[in-house]
Parts: sequence; structure tokens; C-alpha cells
Amino acid sequence: MTSPPTFLGMPPFPEAARSAVSNPQLRHNLRKATHTIRDKRAHVVGELSDWAELRAAGAAIKDRTLRRLDEYLLAAEAAVAAAGGTVHWAADAAEANRIVADLVRATGETEVVKVKSMVTQEIGLNEALAAEGIRAYETDLAELIVQLGDDLPSHILVPAIHRNRAEIREIFVREMAEWGVPAPPGLSDEPAALAEAARRHLRERFLSAKVAVSGANFLVAETGTLVVVESEGNGRMCLTLPETLISVVGIEKVVPTWADLEVFLQLLPRSSTGERMNPYTSMWTGVTPGDGPRDFHLVLLDNGRTDVLADTTGRQALRCIRCSACLNVCPVYERTGGHAYGSVYPGPIGAILVPQLRGVATGKVDPQTASLPYASSLCGACYEVCPVAIDIPEVLVHLREQVVEGGGHRAERAAMRAAEWVFDDAKRLRTVQRVAARSRRLLPRRAPGPGAAWSDSRALPEVPAQSFRDWWVRERGAPPARPPAAPAQPPVEKNRIEEDDR
Amino acid sequence: MSSRAAILARVRRALADVPSDDDFPVARDYARAHVAEGVLELFVAHLRDYRAVVHEVAEDALPDAVAAAVERRGARTVVTPAGLPPAWTAGLAEGVCLADGWAYEQLYDNSINNRPTVADRADRADILTTSTLDTADGVLTAAAVGIAETGTIVLDAGPGQGRRALTLVPDWHLCVMRAADVVASVPQALERLDPGRPLTWISGPSATSDIELDRVEGVHGPRTLEVLIVR
Repeated sequence: MTSPPTFLGMPPFPEAARSAVSNPQLRHNLRKATHTIRDKRAHVVGELSDWAELRAAGAAIKDRTLRRLDEYLLAAEAAVAAAGGTVHWAADAAEANRIVADLVRATGETEVVKVKSMVTQEIGLNEALAAEGIRAYETDLAELIVQLGDDLPSHILVPAIHRNRAEIREIFVREMAEWGVPAPPGLSDEPAALAEAARRHLRERFLSAKVAVSGANFLVAETGTLVVVESEGNGRMCLTLPETLISVVGIEKVVPTWADLEVFLQLLPRSSTGERMNPYTSMWTGVTPGDGPRDFHLVLLDNGRTDVLADTTGRQALRCIRCSACLNVCPVYERTGGHAYGSVYPGPIGAILVPQLRGVATGKVDPQTASLPYASSLCGACYEVCPVAIDIPEVLVHLREQVVEGGGHRAERAAMRAAEWVFDDAKRLRTVQRVAARSRRLLPRRAPGPGAAWSDSRALPEVPAQSFRDWWVRERGAPPARPPAAPAQPPVEKNRIEEDDR
Repeated sequence: MSSRAAILARVRRALADVPSDDDFPVARDYARAHVAEGVLELFVAHLRDYRAVVHEVAEDALPDAVAAAVERRGARTVVTPAGLPPAWTAGLAEGVCLADGWAYEQLYDNSINNRPTVADRADRADILTTSTLDTADGVLTAAAVGIAETGTIVLDAGPGQGRRALTLVPDWHLCVMRAADVVASVPQALERLDPGRPLTWISGPSATSDIELDRVEGVHGPRTLEVLIVR
């Protein structure tokens, strides 16, 4: 029912990550990019002495909204309708795509221009429209690079973060003509020249477009106001010049009051691009005769969000305002990049949002989804920078429990049971350690049996020449004192492991 | 069941743990503003930091300052929204101004959602086509609010600000900002703004950092933002 927000056919995280970390160019790009943004963020966050209070207020406003989400959605619907907009409700991706396609078809147009939007990527809108004979043109520079390169986004904020200027130039030269105005002859790989080529490529399209599709950063329940923050002006072009505007908005984007924006418009730009304010923010309420589109449609989307809401630990993920600060500080993301997560929502937030949207609590998710809660070292840097204080490590651990209980990560479960048996008894542990030490030169890089899946995703530690226990005996001449006599545990029967491993 | 009913039912089911009389408090102990003095100086510094061109002028010097800016830019045509004070363009040669007739008018004002209507008055100019806007060299507007802490200018379709396309399509935006309309902070700005109006918040010229995070000014919006601050 709920369509997957994951990229089709992506391998599980460990497999995808291995190929990513062995790409030095990618790692160089990612390191430079994530460190640049995190430094800028730290600088502008440091300008606000009340950041902690703003962050607490942002979290509390979102929690308050989520706890009465039905009421705020109804209020938003009424306010948008009163201002001349039309509100649609979509239970899942397929329904949202059908609503948008029908609205576009009703205009008689076969092309739409798009503002960068995570949610329309989540539902696969461009592909769904293409199947209906409608071509969707991405207009954000990074999204354009991704679309022209027949590529996948790898970062929430800068989706082409994995591409360098030479690659971008090559994509423009090769593909622009196919999509419209070709790249100018002699195009250099200077960012200014590439941005100018994008401007020329899209200009005529903006001026002639009749239908636009956007997402929104916020939807104010009290007034029906939608907010889109952006940098390039492509958003303003799409939101202002066409006759019809269709905005697809997740139900978690609602905020209760106009005044609540005072918190989020301080938190978001500083956390996201590391700017005091992004160059352009557009706010509109319904339709304004003579200014902007004459038809405005709001599509409210569930697509798994109510499943996230039902999990009392996991629901905090719905506070997310898509700033991507957690990506930029994550040691795992920095090394693997966004593609390894196999989803439009990469990084720490993706690791908790995607499994929940896909129903991890039901235990019926694919291995790719089940691997995501493990794509973290639980270092907590993501929680530190989150402007709405989502405790990502807490949710990751919670989701790991669900994966294990759902039988998702079988190998890890078996390994933990085996470890429990070994560590339960000092004699068993000593024996295992000695065997390991003596045979360490013979040990493979890969654990045998069910452990193989575990070691495939991790570098095996070096086995020391001598165990701590043996060193102690040699140095001090006596075995370490045993802890106070614990009641003897019956050994775990082998068949229990096998059963769990089934 | 409609999807509307289904989604609302799923939301209510998901919130079974939340008491029906739940009142989740929001502590608003953050600052209303981070600066009290030097607001205008901070506004100028932050505008320049994001590479806007800024001049400070006295009220009676404004017509000359507008004319000088137009001449520096080499602009032959400048879009002027309805409601722009005629004195501002008194120093311009004839034929430079391209007047746009659209004006925001409230149908009623008893709701937070004030609805406007298109001006249909004989004394107003025609509404310019998008292709005319595309050939214009620039646009001259007033502004509703300035925000010092973020270096932001907010347009709200008020007199002399026009519809949103006017400050989007031409490549040069010359904006007159009255010092009295500059506030310190985002919270103070929102208090002054009407959510029923179409609002555009502008912080420096159009920009992108999508290529190796190198900031490039000017993608689709005006590539140059020039601000005349009237003390």
C-alpha cells in the first residue's frame, strides 16, 4: 500500500557503503562539502545566544502539533480553502501521484516545472508523471544536475554533492540539448559559468510554464499559509509565473500559528545552509488575484507518516524540518555518501525515517530497509546539531530492537546469542581466546558461517597474540579473581541458536 | 472511506496514547531580538555580507540617488509598481519608467486572511506581460520590513512593491528601504506582516552553492540587489 521511499534495487547499506568508501574522489568531495557546511553552521548558530531555547521551542511546537495533528490538519484545510485553494488528501504515494497527474491533465498541459522537493522524490512523482506522458522539469541547479545525469540525489540540501565541477560540465555539455536549450559552446567548469548555463537553459521554460509542482517547508494551520525557502529563485519562478500550482505536502509539515514561524525561520536556514537567512523565502495563502497562480492545489500526503506517528518513541522523527545538519556531522555519512542509504532521505535522519515509513515495526521489511538502523556508530553528533532535538540515537536503538524482534538481521542475532554463551562462562571465554590467539595468523578476514554477514559489513579486529587473562597470569602468576559466585547458568543449547537462525 | 477520513482516522488511532485534554506546553523563553542598539548598522553590514550593494541617503536626496543608480547601471527601462511615490522617479528621463498597474486591494479585513482584488481602475497603468518584464533592465520598489539580524528585506505587495513577478524577472532590483521599517529580528518582522498577503523575503541576490559549495550569485532571480536606505 505504502510506496517505498527507497531507490529501487539498491543493495543493503553495508554492501552499498563498501563500494562508496573505496571511491577516493567521492570521499574527498564529501569530506570537503560536509566540513564546509558544518563550519558555517557552527559560526551562525554561535551568533544566537538563545539557540538552546529556540531549539527547545522548535521541538515543543512540533510535538504539540503532532499530538493534535488531526485538529491542525482540519484547521489548515479550512484556511487554505477559505483563501481560494483546493485541498486534496492522499493516503499513499500512488494516490498522490494520481491526484497530481489528473490535475495536470485537466490543464491540458504535458509539462510541469518543479521546485526542489523531498516529498515528490519520496513518492516518485517524476516517474509517475512520465508514465502518464507528462514531463517534469527539475529547476533547482543540483536537481537539474541529477536529472540530466540520470543520477540519484545523495544529500537533502545539495543533492549533487557527489559531483565535482568537471563532471557537472560534462553532464551539461552532453545532456542539455536533449532537454531544451543546449549548453553554450566552450562551456568552462567554473561554477559561475555552469550556473549561467543553467540560467539560460531554464529561462524560457520558466517564462512559458503553465503548471508548477512544489513541496513546502511549512504549512500554517491558522492562516493556510505555505512557506518555501530556497536560494536560487527557481522556487519563486515556479511559485509565481505559472497559472496552476500544485503543492504536495506531508502531513507533518503543519505548524499551528503564524507566530510559530518565528522559531523555524531562525532554526532552519542556520542549520541547513549555515546562512543567517536563505536568499529567498516565499509565503502564500491560497490565491491572490493577479499575483501568482490563479489555481492553487494542496495535496496533503500520509504515505506512512501515520505509522511513524503511532510509534511513541519513533514519532519524534516527524519533527524533522529537512535541514540536513545531521548528514553533515555524521562520520558514517561523511565516508559513505548519500547513495549508500538507498533512499531519498539519507544520513542519520534517513536511517530512522525510512524504516519507519516502510513499516519496520511490522517486521516485514526488506534487507535494505532492515540494514538502515545499523548505518550508525551511535556517536550522537546528529542529535547535538538537530534544530528540533530529535534523539536520533535513541530511535536507532529502538528500531534495531524492532529489526531483531522482526527477525530482520538474522546473522547479528545469531552472533549475539553465541557471544552470550561464550561470555557467560569464564572458562569458555578463556578457551575461545586462547584458540583465537594461537590461530590468529590463520584467521580469515571473514567470519565463518552465519557470522559472515556480520563481518562483511565490519572490519574484523586484530586478534592479540595473548589474551588479557593470559597476560595477567604470566605477569601476576595467578588467575584473576572470579566474581562472587554466581549461580551456574545452564549452557545455551545449540538448537536454540539454530532455531533463531532459521 | 475517503482518503481524508482514512488519514484522519489513522492519525487518531496513532495518538491513542495522548490524553484527549492534552495540552502540551511550549516554552517561549527565547529572545524576541538579539540586538537593541545599532540595528540599522547591523542591517547594512549583513546586507553587504550577502553581497547586496547598499547606499544610505537622506529623504530629499532620494530622487537623485535613484537617478544615479539607474545611470550607473546603464538601465534604459525600469519597472515601477503601482503606488510608488512619484517623487522617487522624478530624476529619471522620460520613458525610463515602465509602470505596472497591479495593486493589492483588500476585499474585506475582518479576517486574518485578507483577500485582495485586482485593481480595475482607469487611472492605473496596464499590467505588464512577463516577456516585457524579461526585457526590462531593472525594477524599482519600496519594501515592507527589513530584518537586521538576517540582512533580509520583505516585500508584501503593498504600495510601490507590486506583484511578485516584478522583483523576480528583471536582472536588477533597486529597493528603497525606510530606516523606520527596519526591525532587529525575525520575530519582530513577523509581528508586522500580514499572512494573507503574498510575501517575498529577500536576503541578498539569488545564489547557489550547488557546485562544490562555491557560492555563485545570480541564478534565476535578480543577479544584483541594490538597496537605498532612507534615514
